Amino acid sequence: MTTVVLVFGGRALKKFRRTPIQLLDVAVHPVVFTLIFSFLFGGAIGGSIDAYIGYLVPGILVMTLLVTTGTTGAALSVDITTGVYDRFRTLSIRPGAVLVGALIGDLVRYALASVVVIALGLALGFRPAGGVPGVLAAVLLVLLFAVSLSWLWTLLALVTRTPGAVLAVTQAVLYPLSFFSNIFTTPTTLPGWLQAFVDVNPVSRLVTVVRALMAGTAPGASLGWLLLACALLTAVFAPLALRRFRSAG
Amino acid sequence: MHAVEASGLVKAFGGTRAVDGIDLTVPAGSVYGFLGPNGAGKTTTIRILATLLRPDAGSARVFGHDVVEEAAAVRDRISLTGQYASVDETLTGRENLVLLARLHRMSKAAAAARAAELLDTFGFTDTADRLVRTYSGGQRRRLDIAAGLVVAPDLLFLDEPTTGLDPRGRNEVWSLVRALVAGGATVLLTTQYLDEADQLADRIAVIDHGRLVAEGTGSQLKASVGGGTLRVRLHDPAERDVARRLLGRVLGETLALDADPAVLTARPDAAGAAATALAELSWAGVEVAEFALGQPTLDEVFLALTGTAAPKEKVA
Repeated sequence: MTTVVLVFGGRALKKFRRTPIQLLDVAVHPVVFTLIFSFLFGGAIGGSIDAYIGYLVPGILVMTLLVTTGTTGAALSVDITTGVYDRFRTLSIRPGAVLVGALIGDLVRYALASVVVIALGLALGFRPAGGVPGVLAAVLLVLLFAVSLSWLWTLLALVTRTPGAVLAVTQAVLYPLSFFSNIFTTPTTLPGWLQAFVDVNPVSRLVTVVRALMAGTAPGASLGWLLLACALLTAVFAPLALRRFRSAG
Repeated sequence: MHAVEASGLVKAFGGTRAVDGIDLTVPAGSVYGFLGPNGAGKTTTIRILATLLRPDAGSARVFGHDVVEEAAAVRDRISLTGQYASVDETLTGRENLVLLARLHRMSKAAAAARAAELLDTFGFTDTADRLVRTYSGGQRRRLDIAAGLVVAPDLLFLDEPTTGLDPRGRNEVWSLVRALVAGGATVLLTTQYLDEADQLADRIAVIDHGRLVAEGTGSQLKASVGGGTLRVRLHDPAERDVARRLLGRVLGETLALDADPAVLTARPDAAGAAATALAELSWAGVEVAEFALGQPTLDEVFLALTGTAAPKEKVA
């Protein structure tokens, strides 16, 4: 089982290296968003770039990884539309190995994206009070959340089987959730109804905890809720995806 | 033991019954051909037998193992090469084969050795380390078949292995299939081409609208269709009436006048009848500019077997 999972993970990485467009997600996306929001809006939103960058980096980290999870689903559905998956499914290997292996490959992508975000932040003057342990804990939490959420997109890819549809759905969900959250600005200036939404938006919860971890303050009960959310996402969507993968015609 | 035994297979998608009650016996060690137009149910049947689809009704056994209940045991004995290249375009030919060998739980060294061996056999000496994306259709298909042979299967499914290949590519695939069966494997292939089924398959099942409309050896099927189409072009269109009388005596009601005023067509029962008819013309001094006795086409097989023309194919 382990070898097979690693073989699939290796395949995912090889494909990733050779598909430059996927590098856009992990490299260009965070750079563009960080630069736009720090230099263009930073002064207006946060008073100064220096003051704002500490607020922005944890948010960009979350947004980048969430958006990258969408590509996970799309890449999987591309795989399904070619005949490769049919061949995998006629091998006597556990169907889970195929999907878990793909996620391991994605995990590397997510980690790479995290490095890009943090490195750029540091270059722009981001000095997290939580130090290395705080940043590491924050990154691990976002990685965990991204992988857990990927099961949902994996299921979506298996159900719709069209890369375009998967990309459209994930972006239609992930971008609004990212923008109507506390990633870029504090919700206090928002109209009441929107503020209510931002407060219940799970992305806001995640960003709040990531900020706390990076700042070296106690994340509080929210951390527990997030871990529970990760467990629930995985517990619900991983078995559904596996069942769908096994029976998909 | 038979390689495949299926009875009463049914699979519906939405309202359409893609497979509508197929019974099948494939003897081990032979090439078995599924012949039919696109949408006839060939691929669906193969996918059921290869454990990729669950039948709605009926049952199938591969080497005695039920394809639903004992799918894992079936998978140990089969390999499938699908209609669309089931290889990874973003990997090289070698990487594809190594990947599959590793998935068959070979060690790294054994996987590399097996891949090298297959690449050599299948003529990928110069192209082994190029991305599959850059391969020609024929190369892709060859790699596809090689991928199905990483661990020599007892039963190999080939879904339209030569569709889209040039004549040279087709010939290569055909020799591959023959070599496989000579080595003891059973091959179940689908095709839209009668001559392909005829060249390769020991037995042929003709499938249309999810049903088996005929089954037998190539010669049995052809006998049921007749000797094909005879087309005669006269030197002088004015002689067509004479020719029509002469040919009609031998070929009977099947004789028809073409839109071209110098051409007559007929569907003789046997090639011999066509030869006799041509001799009649020659005796009577009617000059023939050209004639052709065509193999029965798939359309004609369908016409003869089902009474309806093969449905117009949609291009996949």
